[in-house]
Amino acid sequence: MSTIAHAQKRGFTGTIWEYLTTVDHKKIAILYLLAGGFFFIVGGIEAMMIRIQLAVPNNDFVSAGLFNEIITMHGTTMIFLAAMPLLFAFMNAVMPLQIGARDVAFPFVNALGFWLFFFGGVFLNLSWFLGGAPDAGWTSYASLSLASEGHGIDFYALGLQISGFGTLMGGINFLVTIINMRAPGMTYMRMPLFTWTTFVASALILFAFPPLTVGLFMLIFDRMFGSGFFDVAMGGNTIIWEHFFWIFGHPEVYILVLPAFGIFSEIFPTFARKRLFGYSSMVFATVLIGFLGFMVWAHHMFTTGLGPVANAIFAVATMAIAVPTGIKIFNWILTIWGGSIKFTVPMLYAVAFIPSFVMGGVTGVMQAAAPADYQFHDSYFIVAHFHYVIVGGIVLGLLGGAHFYWPLMFGTMLSEKLGKITFVLFLVGFHLTFFIQHFLGLMGMPRRVWTFLEGQGLATGNLISSIGAAFMALGIIVLLVNIVITQKKNIQVGRDPWEDGRTLEWAIPSPVPFYNFKQLPLVRGLDPFWIEKMEGKTDMTPAEPVGDIHMPNNSFVPFVISLGLFVAAFGAMYHADEGKDWAIPVLIIGMLITFGAMLYRSVKDDHGYHIHKEDLLDEAEGGTR
Amino acid sequence: MANLHPKSGDPKVTYEYRRKKNAEEMRMQVITFTMMIFFTVIAFVAVGAGFSKWFIIPFVLLLAVVQVIFQLYYFMHMSHKGHEAPQLFMYSGVIVAFITILAFLTIIWL
Ligand code: HEM
Ligand SMILES: [Cu+2]
Repeated sequence: MSTIAHAQKRGFTGTIWEYLTTVDHKKIAILYLLAGGFFFIVGGIEAMMIRIQLAVPNNDFVSAGLFNEIITMHGTTMIFLAAMPLLFAFMNAVMPLQIGARDVAFPFVNALGFWLFFFGGVFLNLSWFLGGAPDAGWTSYASLSLASEGHGIDFYALGLQISGFGTLMGGINFLVTIINMRAPGMTYMRMPLFTWTTFVASALILFAFPPLTVGLFMLIFDRMFGSGFFDVAMGGNTIIWEHFFWIFGHPEVYILVLPAFGIFSEIFPTFARKRLFGYSSMVFATVLIGFLGFMVWAHHMFTTGLGPVANAIFAVATMAIAVPTGIKIFNWILTIWGGSIKFTVPMLYAVAFIPSFVMGGVTGVMQAAAPADYQFHDSYFIVAHFHYVIVGGIVLGLLGGAHFYWPLMFGTMLSEKLGKITFVLFLVGFHLTFFIQHFLGLMGMPRRVWTFLEGQGLATGNLISSIGAAFMALGIIVLLVNIVITQKKNIQVGRDPWEDGRTLEWAIPSPVPFYNFKQLPLVRGLDPFWIEKMEGKTDMTPAEPVGDIHMPNNSFVPFVISLGLFVAAFGAMYHADEGKDWAIPVLIIGMLITFGAMLYRSVKDDHGYHIHKEDLLDEAEGGTR
Repeated sequence: MANLHPKSGDPKVTYEYRRKKNAEEMRMQVITFTMMIFFTVIAFVAVGAGFSKWFIIPFVLLLAVVQVIFQLYYFMHMSHKGHEAPQLFMYSGVIVAFITILAFLTIIWL
C-alpha cells in the first residue's frame, strides 16, 4: 500500500480531522489564512460600526460604552488576530518552499502555535457574549484598564497571553527553520527577500514578545490576584505598563510591516522581470530596521513627561529609521525602472503601496519631532498615520500577497478582472477614508472619540471618511466573491502560473506534493529558478539522488494543549467573583489537560514515518495526478 | 554533531588528534568547575562577612556573569564551530537589553 496514495482521498469528516491534526506547514498556512481571514472580517465589521457612528454629528448608533468596546476590539483584533496570522499564513506557505526545505524545523510546534493563537483569539472574542468586551483601547493603558469594570480587560489579558505564546512559538520555529534547513547552495545572501524579512520579523518576535508577556502577567496579577504593579495607591507605577507595552509595541509594528515589505520585494522583480535592485542593501536595511526598532519605543510616550533629554534622543533615533526605510523605497523604484512591466493584480498592489506607505512614513517622521507631537498626540492625525502605514503597507501587502500566492496555496488563480475591481475600490476607499483624517486631527478631533457636535467643522470630513470605509468594504466583498467563484470553478493552473517565477517555490509541481521536494534542489545563486530558466532548463538541478523521505506523523496533541489553556483561562478569570466556586477547579482542570497532553507527548515515542524511494519513483512513472 | 567528528583522511591521526583535544577540554572543564565552586563560596562569604551592600551587589553580579560565561563556553561548547547563530542571537539580545536598561537608568523618568 503506497503511503502516497494513502494521503489523498478523504471524506468530509476525514478532511476536518486532517486539519485538526495536521503538522504540514502548507495546511497550517491554510488554517492561518482561514482563521486570520475570519478575524479580519470581524475586525472589519467593527470598523464599519465605528465609521457609521462617526458619519454624522451627534449620532447614537452605538452607546459611548459600546463604542469604547468596539474600538478596542477593532484594534486588538486587527493587529493580533488578523494581520499577524495572515502574515504567518504566507510565511508558512511560502518560506519553507523558498529555501528548499521539506518542512519546517518543528512541525509539531508549528501546529501548536496555530492552535494557541486560535484559542486565544476565540477567548478574546467570547467577551462579546460574556458580559462585555475590553474597553481600554488596544494599548490598554494601566490606569484605565485597572479601573475598567467587568471582565473585559481580563479577556484581553488572558486571550492575548494565550495567542502570544502561539506567536512566540511560531517565530522561534521560523528562525530555526531558516538557520538549519536551507537547501544545498542556499547561502544567507541568496535567500529571497521574503525569507529574509520572515527571519528578521521572527527575531523581533523572539525579543519583543517576552516584554508583552511580562506586562500582561503583571496586568493579570493586578486585576485577578490582588497585586499592585501598576497601582499607584499600592506603591506601583502606572507608567511601567506603557513602557512594557511599547517596548513590545514598536517592534510589533515592524514585525508586521517587514514581511509585507518581503512580499512586495518578491512581487516587484517578478512582474518587472528584472532582478531586485540592490539586493544586499535591502538585506542590510531589513536588519537595520530590526535593530533600530528596539530603540525608539518612547516615541509613543513623548507626552508622558519623560523630559527633554529623553524626548530628544528618542526623536532622533526614530527619525533614523526613516533612512533604511528610504533605502528600500528607492530600491523598489529602481527595480521597476526599465523593467518590462506586467500590471497583474499583485503588481498593482505593489505599485500603489509605494506612495501610500511613503505618506505614512512622512507623517511618522513629523510625529517623531517631539514638540510637534504634543500637538498631534491622541488626535486623528495619529489615526491617519498608523492607518497609512498599516493599511497602505501591511493590508495592501496581504491583498497583493493573497493574489500572488493563491496559485501556490490552492493551485487556482483568482480572477484578474474581479481582482482589479477589488483593487480600485479598496485603494480609492482607503485614501478617501484616511487622508482627510490628517486634517480632522489638525482641526482638533481627538482620537477614540465617540461623537462630535454640529458646528465644530468636523462633519464633512467625517462623512467623507465614512464613505471611503464603505468603498473598502465593497472591495473586500468583491474579493470574497472572487474567492468563492475561483474555488467553485477549481481550474488548476499548474506550475509557475505567473510564468515569471524566479524563486524556488515556483519550481515545484502544483499542487505542491506534501513532501515538497522529491529531491532537494541545488541552488546556484539568487533567484535560483530564474537562473535555470535563463539556461534553457525547465527544472532545478537536484542536489541528491531520490531517497527515502522522513515525515512527521499528524498529532491531535497541539489542539488539546491549547484547549487546556483556553479552559484554564476561564477559571483564572472568574475565581475572584462572588459565588463562582467552580472557577478554581476549572483552572486546575484546564492546567491538567495542558500538562497531561504535554506529558503524553513527552513519554510517547513518535518517530514519524518514511516515504519509500520506490513509492516516489512509482509516482513519477504513473504521473502525479 | 559535525564539530565532534573532524573529517580527516587518516583514521589514526584523527583518533590521536581527538584524544588530545578531548583531554585538553576535560582539563579545562575540571579547572573551570573548580573555579565556579570557588566563586560560589566567595559569594557566600562576601555576603556573610557583612560588607556594605554597594560592594556586595556588584561583586556578586560580576561573579554571576563570569559563571555564565564559563557555563556557555566550557560546558555548552559555545566556542566550537556551528554555534555562530546562537552567538549572534545571544549577543544581540544582550546588547538590546543592555541599551534598554541603560536608557531607563540614564534618561527616562519612570
Ligand atoms: C518612518 C517610520 C515611522 C515613524 C517615524 C513612526 C513614528 C510614529 C510616532 C512618533 C508615533 C506616536 C505618535 C503619538 O502617539 O503621538 C507613531 C504611532 C504609531 N505608529 Fe508609527 N512610525 C513609523 C512607521 C510605522 C509603521 C511601519 C507602523 C506599522 C506598521 C506604525 C504604526 C504605528 C501605530 C499603530 C501607532 C499608534 C500607536 C497607538 O498609540 O495606538 N508606524 N508612529
Ligand atoms: Cu512606534
